[in-house]
Amino acid sequence: MNLFELLAEPLGYTFMVRALAVTVIAAILCAVLSCWLVLIGWSLMGDAVSHAVLPGVVLAYIVGAPFALGALVFGFLAVALIGGVRDTSRLKEDAAIGIVFTTLFSFGLVLISVTPSHLDLNHIIFGNLLGVSAADLWQVIILGAVTFLILILKRKDFTLYAFDSTHAHALGMNPRMIGAVLLGLLAMTSVVALQAVGVILVVAMLIIPGASAYLLTNSFGKMLVISPALAALAGIIGVYVSYYLDASTGGMVVLSQGAIFVLIYLFSPRQGLVAHRFAVRRRRKNLQHAG
Amino acid sequence: MTLAIDVANATVHYGSLLALDKASIQLERGSVCGLVGMNGSGKSTLFKTIMGLVKPDTGSVLVNGTNPLQARKSGAIGYVPQNEAVDWDFPISVREVVMTGRYGHMGFTRRPRKADHEAVEQALARVELTEQASRQIGQLSGGQKKRAFVARCIAQEANIMLLDEPFAGVDKRSEATITKLLREVADQGGSVLISTHDLHALPNLADQAILLMRKVLMQGDPQLVLQPENLAMAFGLDPMNRGEDA
Ligand SMILES: Nc1ncnc2c1ncn2[C@@H]1O[C@H](COP(=O)(O)OP(=O)(O)OP(=O)(O)O)[C@@H](O)[C@H]1O
Ligand SMILES: [Mg+2]
Repeated sequence: MNLFELLAEPLGYTFMVRALAVTVIAAILCAVLSCWLVLIGWSLMGDAVSHAVLPGVVLAYIVGAPFALGALVFGFLAVALIGGVRDTSRLKEDAAIGIVFTTLFSFGLVLISVTPSHLDLNHIIFGNLLGVSAADLWQVIILGAVTFLILILKRKDFTLYAFDSTHAHALGMNPRMIGAVLLGLLAMTSVVALQAVGVILVVAMLIIPGASAYLLTNSFGKMLVISPALAALAGIIGVYVSYYLDASTGGMVVLSQGAIFVLIYLFSPRQGLVAHRFAVRRRRKNLQHAG
Repeated sequence: MTLAIDVANATVHYGSLLALDKASIQLERGSVCGLVGMNGSGKSTLFKTIMGLVKPDTGSVLVNGTNPLQARKSGAIGYVPQNEAVDWDFPISVREVVMTGRYGHMGFTRRPRKADHEAVEQALARVELTEQASRQIGQLSGGQKKRAFVARCIAQEANIMLLDEPFAGVDKRSEATITKLLREVADQGGSVLISTHDLHALPNLADQAILLMRKVLMQGDPQLVLQPENLAMAFGLDPMNRGEDA
C-alpha cells in the first residue's frame, strides 16, 4: 500500500469523512480561541464551560431539541454563575469555577442516570467522532462558522482586552462586555468541540494549540495562524492513526496535539528546553575562553 | 474656557477604607500638573476616579466639561499604566502597543489606515524608539517601556494624559525625554496629570503641583508646594532631606 492509498482508503467511508470534517473544524476553532485563553489565563474557564454543558445536552435530548441549543444554554449559564459567585462573594475565580462546573457536571450525570434512554454517556463524555450524523455536522459547521467569524473580525479588541483592559476602558470601550462576548464564544466553541472529542477532552483542544504557538513566536498575529495550523495537523494525524490502530479517535486527536506540544516544548528555537540548555552551555564556554 | 479636569469634592471608599476625602482638583488646558503624596495617599485612586474606573460616593468629575464616559469615547483620555499592571510576556511588539492608541480612530474591525501608520511612526520617533519598534514589549529597558506607553498616548492624540508614576525605575535620560515630550504636549494645548516621587525634578516638569493625603492638602506652584513645611504635612518629614544636605 503506498502513501496515497493509505490516505485515501478511510475517505471511502462517509463516517470517516464526517469525522475528519468535524475534527478539523473543531480543532481550528478551538485553536484560534485558545490563543486568547492562554494569554488571559482562562484555561480553567475552558475546562469549566466544557464540563458544564453536560446537563444541557441531556435535557436537549429529553425534550427533543438540538443538542447544541441545550449545551449553549448551559455554557452561558456556567459563565454567568461563575461571574456571579466571583463578584458577589469573597471567593476568587478559581474557587468559583471549581464549584460551578463540578455541580453542573454532576447534575448532568444524575440526569443521565435517571433518564431511561439510549443516550450513551460515553459518547458525550469521550466524543463520538465516528457516529457523526449529517445533522450533527451541519450544527458544527454553522455554529463554528459564526463563532470563527466573530473571533476573527473582533480579534483586535479581544487582544487589547487580554493585554491591557484598562486602556480599552480609557478608549471608551466596555471591557466587561468584551470579556462577556469572549466567554460566550467560548461556550459556542465548547459545543462544537464536544462533538469531536467529548466533554472531558475539549479543554485540551482549548489550551494545547495556543500554548504550543505561544512557545514558538512573539507575535500574536503569528500565534493566530500557527495555533490552528498545528491543531488541524494534529487532528488529521489523530483521525488517521486511530483508523489504522482502531484506537479511540478523540483520544488520538488530543494525544497528537500533546505530542506536538512536547516536541515544541523541547525543541522550540526561542523558548525550547534544548535550545535553552545549549545557550547556557555556549555562554559558559565563552566565559571559559574569555577567562 | 472649560477645564481639562474638574474633580469636585470626590469621596471614594474601598469597603470601609477611605481612600479619597472630598478631594477637589482642577487642571487647566495646556498645563502639566504633578501629583505628590505618600504611598497609599490615593494617587492611583484619583486617576481611576478621573477615568471612571472608580465611582465616587459623593462629588462630581468633569473631563473636558463632560462626564468621564463621554470624554473617554471622544478619545480625550490617554493613560500610562503603572509597571505592575502590564503583562510584559505578552506576544505584542512595541509598534503594535502604540497602534492600540489609534483604536478610537478606527472602525469596527480596527483596521489601520495610512494616517494611523503615520501617527504611530511619528509617535515612535518622538520617544526615540523607532529602532526598537519591532521588539516584543518585554524586551525593552524600564525607561524604554515607559516611553512606549507615552508614545501610545501621543499616537492616540489624547488631549489629557494621565501618567501614574512614569519615572519609577527610569534613568535620567529617559526621564528627560519624557519630560521634554510632556512639556511639548502642554505647549500644544494638552493637559498632563502625572504622579511622581521625584520631587527634585518637579519644578522643571510641572506648572502646578498637588499635595495629596486622602485630602488635597494644597494645589499651587511647585516651588510653593515643595516648601519643607508643606511637604511635612503630606509626608510627616521633609522627603528631600534638605536639612541634612545643607
Ligand atoms: N482595590 C482596592 N481595594 C481596597 N483598597 C484599595 C484598593 N486600591 C487601593 N486601596 C487602598 O486605598 C488607599 C489608596 O491607594 P492608592 O493606590 O490610590 O495609593 P497611591 O497613592 O497610588 O499609592 P502608591 O504611591 O503606593 O502607588 C491605600 O490605602 C490602598 O491600600
Ligand atoms: Mg499608585
